[in-house]
Amino acid sequence: MKELFEIFMIFFRIGGFTFGGGYAMLPAIQKEFVEQRNWATGEEILDYYAIGQCTPGIIAVNTATFIGYKRKGIAGGIVATLGMVAPSLLIITTIATFFQHFQDIKIVQHAFGGIRVVVAALIVSTVINMASKSIKNWMSIILFVLAFFAVAILRTSPIIVIVISAITGIIVCRNKDFEENDL
Amino acid sequence: MMIYLKLFAVFFRIGLFSVGGGLATLPFLQEIVHKYGWITSEELYNMIAISESTPGPIGINTATFVGYNTAGVLGGIVATLGEVTPSVIIIVIIAHYFAKFSEEKIVKSSFYGIRPAVAGLIGAAGFEVTKIALFTFDKFNITNNIKDLFDLKGILLFALIFYLIRKFNKHPISYILLAAAIGIVFKF
Repeated sequence: MKELFEIFMIFFRIGGFTFGGGYAMLPAIQKEFVEQRNWATGEEILDYYAIGQCTPGIIAVNTATFIGYKRKGIAGGIVATLGMVAPSLLIITTIATFFQHFQDIKIVQHAFGGIRVVVAALIVSTVINMASKSIKNWMSIILFVLAFFAVAILRTSPIIVIVISAITGIIVCRNKDFEENDL
Repeated sequence: MMIYLKLFAVFFRIGLFSVGGGLATLPFLQEIVHKYGWITSEELYNMIAISESTPGPIGINTATFVGYNTAGVLGGIVATLGEVTPSVIIIVIIAHYFAKFSEEKIVKSSFYGIRPAVAGLIGAAGFEVTKIALFTFDKFNITNNIKDLFDLKGILLFALIFYLIRKFNKHPISYILLAAAIGIVFKF
């Protein structure tokens, strides 16, 4: 019970301070689950993102459900999702009731201008950490660079990128026996 | 009562069929405007603008918003729960089998390829937000003056925050609060 409440509160914090959804919450997830609690490894978080990206629904919610389920089963998955959406419900209901012209308020625009920059810095920093851990050989360097250019420049759908990289992984590893430390 | 069931069903369908997150729900939301008439097109774009500048996943924010405008506080809750229900069901099933099959060679080798690619995907998302935060392409396209391409305030704040993140590695929330304060003080 105590841990379910903790899961709820962690995702409540993440939901309440994530600007921009999906990828923007990655730095906070990394901090809370990998660095502070050791509940998941950085690789596992990447796996959950890949699955969350390819399955229906909001990526942030999919990832939250995955982490919650892993820790505490079905109840954990549900509680994580409820924690993630609770701040949205509170904030949007308040705004919809009192300030329908919320985004025209000057102070909000200025705060958001600053937040946009910091979200960029947080994501870039997280990518550097993740890349330095998941890039171990030539194949992973090539996949990283190709995925980056495919999405950033060619605007390929992320789902296609994930499917192709999975097939590449299967082909490259077909004659390989995995050691404990490989994955 | 009818309206709550309908809201739940409509957002359940959005949660079930929009793959890829972000604004993948947009076509479905436009359908709400045209088919059900619960909100107008203008209201929808206003809601999306607000949802992008408030915390929380954009898809959840818009669901709460549309639900609220259609049927009050309970409408917002019902729409949001409808949108996340398919995710919870699908992910719980996948997570169950993932735990079972994660040691299989085919699963291991696919994720061996997927991980660096996902890091690249997230890199692309970082590139996109960095571009918007640090450069002003709109202004540059009009004036063609190279000075107008760079948002100097943005670049300075980016450099400062990036330095603080790498040096102190505090919780992201502390940097977000700091940046919001700086944004207000220096009129970003």
